Amino acid sequence: MRKISYEQAASEALLEEFRRDEKTVHLSTDIPPDLREEFGEARIRQTPISESSFVGAAIGLAGSGFRPVVNVRMATFGFVAMDQFVNQAAKITYMFGGQTKFPIVYRMVVGASKSFAAQHSISPYSMYLNVPGLKIILPTTPYDMKGLMKTAIRDNNPVISFEHMALGQMEGEVPEDEYTIPFGRAVVRQEGTDVTVVALAKMVHEALALVEDMKQEGISLEVIDPRTLAPLDRETIKVSVAKTGRLVVVDEACITGSVAAEIMAIVVEDTNIFRYLKSSPKRVGGLDVPIPYSPPMEQYALPDKEKIKAAIRETLT
Amino acid sequence: MNITSKEFLNLYRVMLTIRRFEERVVIDYHSGAIPGIVHSYIGQEAVATGVCTNLRLDDRIISNHRGHGHCIAKGADLNRMMAEIYGRKTGYCKGKGGSMHIADFNIGMLGANGIVAGGLPIAGGAALAAQLEEGDKVVVVFFGDGATNEGEFHEVLNLASIWKLPLIFACENNGYGVNTTVKYATGLEHISERATGGYGIPGFVIDGNDVIAVYETTKKAVAEVRAGGGPVFLEFITYRWRGHFEAPGMPDLRPVEEIEVWKKKCPLLRFEKMLLESDIVAKQTLEDINTQVMQQIEDAVSYALSSPLPAPEDALEDVFSS
Repeated sequence: MRKISYEQAASEALLEEFRRDEKTVHLSTDIPPDLREEFGEARIRQTPISESSFVGAAIGLAGSGFRPVVNVRMATFGFVAMDQFVNQAAKITYMFGGQTKFPIVYRMVVGASKSFAAQHSISPYSMYLNVPGLKIILPTTPYDMKGLMKTAIRDNNPVISFEHMALGQMEGEVPEDEYTIPFGRAVVRQEGTDVTVVALAKMVHEALALVEDMKQEGISLEVIDPRTLAPLDRETIKVSVAKTGRLVVVDEACITGSVAAEIMAIVVEDTNIFRYLKSSPKRVGGLDVPIPYSPPMEQYALPDKEKIKAAIRETLT
Repeated sequence: MNITSKEFLNLYRVMLTIRRFEERVVIDYHSGAIPGIVHSYIGQEAVATGVCTNLRLDDRIISNHRGHGHCIAKGADLNRMMAEIYGRKTGYCKGKGGSMHIADFNIGMLGANGIVAGGLPIAGGAALAAQLEEGDKVVVVFFGDGATNEGEFHEVLNLASIWKLPLIFACENNGYGVNTTVKYATGLEHISERATGGYGIPGFVIDGNDVIAVYETTKKAVAEVRAGGGPVFLEFITYRWRGHFEAPGMPDLRPVEEIEVWKKKCPLLRFEKMLLESDIVAKQTLEDINTQVMQQIEDAVSYALSSPLPAPEDALEDVFSS
């Protein structure tokens, strides 16, 4: 099968969906050249650096029958438009009693690892997850990016796509034929028997990279990628934990108030699953500091293979 | 002035409906029948009336926390409005929104908004939608003077200007953002100067208590915006008779004398006087309209009272669309 990058997969998804539905509109400060060339400047609209206005304009477009895709770029810029995300986009369907649909996709780059420092590095999904009314996807491979993005554009609700900064150039197999990936379906990236590792975003790849190492130590890992956080596939995680009896949740977001904490809570508060636990679950997350600039400090603040391995070993002691 | 007697009567009926509706809401709020908080539109009726009577059904408006008047003037159903304010299942939003979040997408009422200036970016998007549709719909966004110090206001003025959006900014300058005076909060004589000077958008200052002035100015603005002339900014000078919102213990720090002066400038009485003195209508006609409107309000309250409350678990519905 052909291989394309994570970023190319997103572009393909957009191109195909924009051809499929003429109500799609793109808003961004940086214009995607392929879309602009094919669909023109009215529909592929360049915006000033004015996050509140274009995040909110997408809501007005959606409420008027359009299907906007907004590229916010860095997730840190999204905070400028928090009123529009939280008070407006998330609540508007509900507040108005479901009388109309608001199909919107907001794309944001998350993560750290590139010495972009604190105001260009963050993984804020738990903040958005705490606001009912937003769907959240977290694509980790080119295949998933394309399939989830297409589903997101067709969804009739505000969807936030959190895309990790380190994955843009990553290549992977993507079929030429049309496909979509439903929300709320996790994928077991590696089957195993001893420890369930639920990993998010870039950490999926970190976890998969140590499967062999752990095998050398006689530990069989089952690695789960939830792929979407809202809705979250609780079932796949629970079934896995019932099998392995051990859980490690890995994400680079700051550990306090994290999605990792939520996933752990879902597992331990389920009496049926709790009784299968052989040891206390562990979280491996970012330290509770803003992301520092200098490489040694940045690396220290983020989870890495050694930290994940240590947590896995702990669940077995 | 080239207004037909039919238009005059329509303006009167709409303005009176808003006044009577709001009077009843205030009474029913203080009697404990209505939960939450309500922001009374009494005193500002001429603005919503004079603006919305110039709009077509397919034109869109975005409103704010003080939004009952805009809904009524755009043609919303009084029964469903009252039921929503009463928190009933038959309300516009099935009781999920209440006074501050009434919407009726079928009549182009894209929702009232509880966040000051929060509706402005949404209006920008609705106006962009109108532009992309290549028809001649216009969008009107209503906001108060208080909203004009928010960043969202400035971002959307800029967006509307660079994209030449078919958007009418309807600023209701009632002199106060909660209890803070415009004079204190705004560094200009007129808020519309922000639109003209800052963003190259034509701005006009209008007596917001003169429904004819509101109607005629908006008529011109709508025609220009419809023709593709880009956004227009209308600043209506008006006053709210009541405090920022109805709530026990909410202090109204405005001078009593000032409130009295503005009550004497009542937009409804002023219009009524004009209609009678110019012999445009007979007193009896106005009295008949009043009787009909009172009946409609009474019916709306009966409808609300006879409607069921939502089931508690209805709270779980409508978080997402299917």
